[in-house]
Order: sequence, then C-alpha cells, then structure tokens
Amino acid sequence: MRLVAEGLSATRGEDLIFQDISFEIAGGEALVVKGPNGSGKSTLLRVLAGLLPAESGTAKLLAAPHPVERLGEACHYLGHRNAMKRELTVDENLAFWKDFFGDFPGDAGVDVDEAVESVGLGGIAHLPFGYLSAGQQRRMAMAKLLVAWRPVWILDEPTAALDVAAETMFAGLVMAHLGRGGIAIAATHQPLGLDGVKELRMTGFAGVAETVW
Amino acid sequence: MIALLARDLKLSVRAGGGALIGVLFFMTVVAVIPFGVGPDLNLLARIGPAILWIGALLASLLGLDRLFQAEREDGSLDLLLMQETPLVLTVFVKCIAHWLATGLPLVIAAPLLGLFMNMDETAIAATTLTLLAGTPAITFIGAAGAAIAVALPRGGLLVSILVLPLAIPVLIFGVSAVYAAIQEPAPFLPPFLILVALNLLFAVIGPVAAAAALRLSSD
Repeated sequence: MRLVAEGLSATRGEDLIFQDISFEIAGGEALVVKGPNGSGKSTLLRVLAGLLPAESGTAKLLAAPHPVERLGEACHYLGHRNAMKRELTVDENLAFWKDFFGDFPGDAGVDVDEAVESVGLGGIAHLPFGYLSAGQQRRMAMAKLLVAWRPVWILDEPTAALDVAAETMFAGLVMAHLGRGGIAIAATHQPLGLDGVKELRMTGFAGVAETVW
Repeated sequence: MIALLARDLKLSVRAGGGALIGVLFFMTVVAVIPFGVGPDLNLLARIGPAILWIGALLASLLGLDRLFQAEREDGSLDLLLMQETPLVLTVFVKCIAHWLATGLPLVIAAPLLGLFMNMDETAIAATTLTLLAGTPAITFIGAAGAAIAVALPRGGLLVSILVLPLAIPVLIFGVSAVYAAIQEPAPFLPPFLILVALNLLFAVIGPVAAAAALRLSSD
C-alpha cells in the first residue's frame, strides 16, 4: 500500500497557500509535516482528507486492500476539534463512531473498552465527554482512531494539550499503527518521539502570493 | 445508520438538545391566540386549523439551524463528510432523527391544542393527520436551508427566510385538506394526496441539496 501525492497545491480564496507538494509514503511509514504557523500544514492535511478541494494535483492510495474512490474514505482525521459530543458519555461517543465508521477492509478496530484502556483512561468512560479535562478529551479523541480500522491516519497537531506522558503514549499508538502496516501523516511543532519518519517542510507563501500570480 | 439515528435522538433529549423547545413554542403560540382573538367560539373553531398549522410550521423552523451547525462546531461534520457512506443518506437519517425529536411531538400535541381552539373531532383528526403528513416535508426542505447556513454564526433567521417560501405549498395544502374535511362539498383526498406528494418530493430534493451544500461549505 502506498500513498502518493503529486503536485498538490491549494488556495484559500485568492491566496495560494502551497504549491507543487509531492511525496510518497509506503505502508508502515510516517510523514511529519513541519513549518511555521500559517505555512499551510492544516490546509495540506484537509486537502488530503478530501475536506478541501485541491487547486491542482492528486493524492491517491495505491495498492490498497480495497480500492477507494476518495482518499478520505481510507483515512482517520484528527483535527483541532475532537468530534465528540459533550452531552454524551465517552462510551456512547466511541460506540457511535465505531458503529458509524465501520472497519476498512484489511484489519479490524479494537472494542471501546480496550481503546479507552489504550489511551490510559480506563474507568472514566461512563462520564459525559464534557466533564473531562482538555487533555483527557484529546486522549479520548485519540481512542476514536483505535475503534475502527483505517489504514491512513491524518493528524493535525495531535498532541496539543497533552502532558509529556501522554505524548509518549501517543507515539506508542502511532508506532503500533505503523507496525500493522498503516500510514500516518502528522502536522506538528513538537517532536512526536517517532523514529525513522520522513519529514516534509512547509515554507508557506504568506506575502508572496502576488508574485506567484 | 441506526447508530446515527440513535445518537441524534439521544442528543435531542439530553441537556441543551432542544427537543421540547419546538413543542413549547407551539403551545405558547396557540395558547395565546384565544386571548388575542377573544371568546368568540365560532371564530376560534373556524381559524383553528390554520392557527395550528402556522404554529407547527414556525415551531418546526425553530431548531433547524442547529441540525448541522452543532456537528460542525465540534468537528463531527468533517468525519461525516469523509465516510464512504453516501452523504445524502447521512443527511436523510439526520432529518428523520430531527423530525422524530421535534416534529412528532408537534403532531402529538396538536389534538390537545385543537381543544383550545374549540375545534370538533373531525377537524382535530384532520389537522393531526395533515400535520403528520406535512411536517416531515418542512424538516427535509429545512435541512437544505440549514446546510446552506451551516458556516454562518447567526444563521437561524436566515434558515427560516430561505426555507419559508418553499414551505408555503405545504402550508397551503395542509390547511386546505383540513378545511375540505370539515366543509361538506370539497373532497378531502386531493389536497391531502398533494401534501403527501410534496412530502415525498422534498424527501428526495432536500437531502440531495443539503449534501451538495455541505460539500461546498467545508473550509
């Protein structure tokens, strides 16, 4: 399985955010996207997830166990927002996403209890999501990645609001995912503690857009 | 899909869900009419079906703007958009859940409020039946409005303004079916069947339009 992006560029309104980004990641590899604020990391990830249209270029999953029409179908996306309902308990949230996502062919997600244990928060899954602290909420959002299998993880600032121990825990989760043949793409400022990863440096066009046009 | 239906129903009855807001608004509107119009029982009975329909229409528009906005605010909308499940189906299921939580209580409350308006049994039965057939149409077409206004922070009124013209045919045929049932020469069935047809039409158009609007609104 390989994720291939060719000549990706994206605009927001009139401004060109990035241009001609190409990379290739094989199963079991991770790509860390780095760059200053506003350099287009989040935009790149949203383009890959299919949430923003690309101005040009394509991103495809090749040799996947199940052919996908849109790359997003094979991806988990962990954005800035946790996509969990404050009014529902953690259990209800995770059980809903597990059921709604369904497993991508090729592997299976773990059950809800096991996912909660994996992020180190066993025993509080009966609480409403809104009662948890910011760090706990983030960890529960990570548990969401485990309940259903998706070969590609797209992570936007995954470790924001996390303490050091939780960062290590999360690096472990990503390594386990890579070990199962998955792909991870993460945008981050902090070192994620992953070894042997590719790096993509975004420079950003802020202020240069006019000369490009 | 059952999971989505169950989740939306659960959310609507939890704190801040607002399932009962619509029915409370409906009761308030209908309950103050007799005070405003005065104790003329014949007049109340005559305008009763129309008042119930207008009240139900406005009440169903009330919570519509939150249909997708709540999903967008916590990031769930991104994940709903990414799945292999056709977005039209997801929107359709959300509409069904929204109607069960906010539309069905209006239908159930209608017979009681019919008594406030001094309506007889036939009129109450006809109003309840037409509301049952007509309110889903308002939800379906409202979903399209809600999807267009999803990115606007104060989209509530805009949704009502966008949706109201499209909901007017539903109102016209709903009310005329009720009057046909209580006034002798006019037949009940033709306007009622048109109401049902509108419902089916909007059940197709609404989710398709809403799905297209949601795809375009992502940022």
